[in-house]
Amino acid sequence: MNYLASIGSYSIMVREVFKKPTKWPIMKSLILKEIDELIYNSMGIIIFISIFIGGVVAIQTALNLTNPLIPKNLIGFATRQSVILEFAPTFTSIIMAGKVGSYITSSIGTMRVTEQIDALEVMGVNSLNYLVFPKIIAMLLYPFAVAIAMYVGILGGWIANVAGGYSSSAEFVEGLQLDFTPFHVTYSFIKSVVFAFVIATVPSFHGYYMKGGALDVGKASTTSFVWTSVVIIILNFILTQLLLG
Amino acid sequence: MIEVENLHKSFGGTHVLKGITTVFEKGKTNLIIGQSGSGKTVFMKCLLGLLLPDEGSICYEGRIYSQLSGSEQRDLRQEMGMVFQGSALFDSMTVEGNVMFPLEMFTKQSKAEMQERVDFVLNRVNLVDAHHKLPAEISGGMKKRVAIARAIVMKPKYLFCDEPNSGLDPKTAILIDNLIQEITQEYNITTVVNTHDMNSVMEIGEKIIFLKDGIKEWEGSNKEIFRTDNEAVTNFVYSSDLFKKVRQMYIEERA
Repeated sequence: MNYLASIGSYSIMVREVFKKPTKWPIMKSLILKEIDELIYNSMGIIIFISIFIGGVVAIQTALNLTNPLIPKNLIGFATRQSVILEFAPTFTSIIMAGKVGSYITSSIGTMRVTEQIDALEVMGVNSLNYLVFPKIIAMLLYPFAVAIAMYVGILGGWIANVAGGYSSSAEFVEGLQLDFTPFHVTYSFIKSVVFAFVIATVPSFHGYYMKGGALDVGKASTTSFVWTSVVIIILNFILTQLLLG
Repeated sequence: MIEVENLHKSFGGTHVLKGITTVFEKGKTNLIIGQSGSGKTVFMKCLLGLLLPDEGSICYEGRIYSQLSGSEQRDLRQEMGMVFQGSALFDSMTVEGNVMFPLEMFTKQSKAEMQERVDFVLNRVNLVDAHHKLPAEISGGMKKRVAIARAIVMKPKYLFCDEPNSGLDPKTAILIDNLIQEITQEYNITTVVNTHDMNSVMEIGEKIIFLKDGIKEWEGSNKEIFRTDNEAVTNFVYSSDLFKKVRQMYIEERA
């Protein structure tokens, strides 16, 4: 029953976010601030993780190619498919659920604990629109971050492959171009837009409706990370079935 | 003026407010006092519209809050200023940003006009050189003064203060009390203060409402509170030896 009530509250929250918009000049500055905080400040960790994940995928594929009949260009092919289909959109989103999600929950939760949200409401401000809407809009840029993760992930795979001497650069690049389906990139971007919405709203929900004090802000951040990850994993399954199944 | 009629509020099976009826008068500092758990904060949140009562009405100069539409309720809230117990200043904004925030949100004033108004109210609360400081960089007393400045910047008709003296030293507490009373009289607004502080009761309690277990047990002024025989009030207000002696002296002086 509690889960149903939470889903209901979440739906009501999302509806309220789009009501009574804040004045555009103020909203514009809030959106730019959130782009800086949520996207730009996350690029370092996204690039770092993607480059190593791409490298690991290439090495593991190469080490499992024991049959001499299987062409070496499979390393590039497997790296491309793994990075574009799963690692860039889904793995990065789980990382973002931790980094960005906990930031969102703790910042909104702290505002709740210190009565700053009450202060907004007393002034007649739609606090959900003021706090959550800029985060949703900022996260619309998330597919660009995923695109960079794709590029850097494949680059990491190429570096690991060539530096490790598993195959030549030409074979890896040939594998990258093998049976390329452009829709796979579209599929990845569709997933990343959905995940972006989840990363912006689920942690906001946990922060906005939290009760208690400073200790509970930490607990809410942990709960928020768990639920954001669970929702991403479930939606990943559903979207994959719908778009590729 | 705010008229409260038969106000009830429950949370689950707990009946917190049990039929409160009272009037908060314009141009006066109205105090709500009572022990912890007596329903003061819930009462104030109902007055602010942050909680909806289960029964009864709150009327703001002819406007019954529960009968207003959502947009009318938001408009009414813009006539309210609130000083929260912990000040509730926005951490990411400077003192000036905090005070300017309501003006930016709800007025079409030019930047210069807003700046003039912000300078005026910060000057009014005796904060002349803290414009560019963040809330984390100023003292508790200064935070309260910024909160008061933010509350009055939109020229409210109603000012609410939730324990404005909590965590302050006695000297600063008296300064804040006096400031609230001066602003109330200067702008002829209806001020409601939720407090535990007996100094505030004696200093600025032009009208006092004493709550006990969600019921209005007593109401009167700070002059009348010396003479009352209500046991619940005397047990609460004169619980310290100091105040018992003050009361005794007052009664002897009058006799």
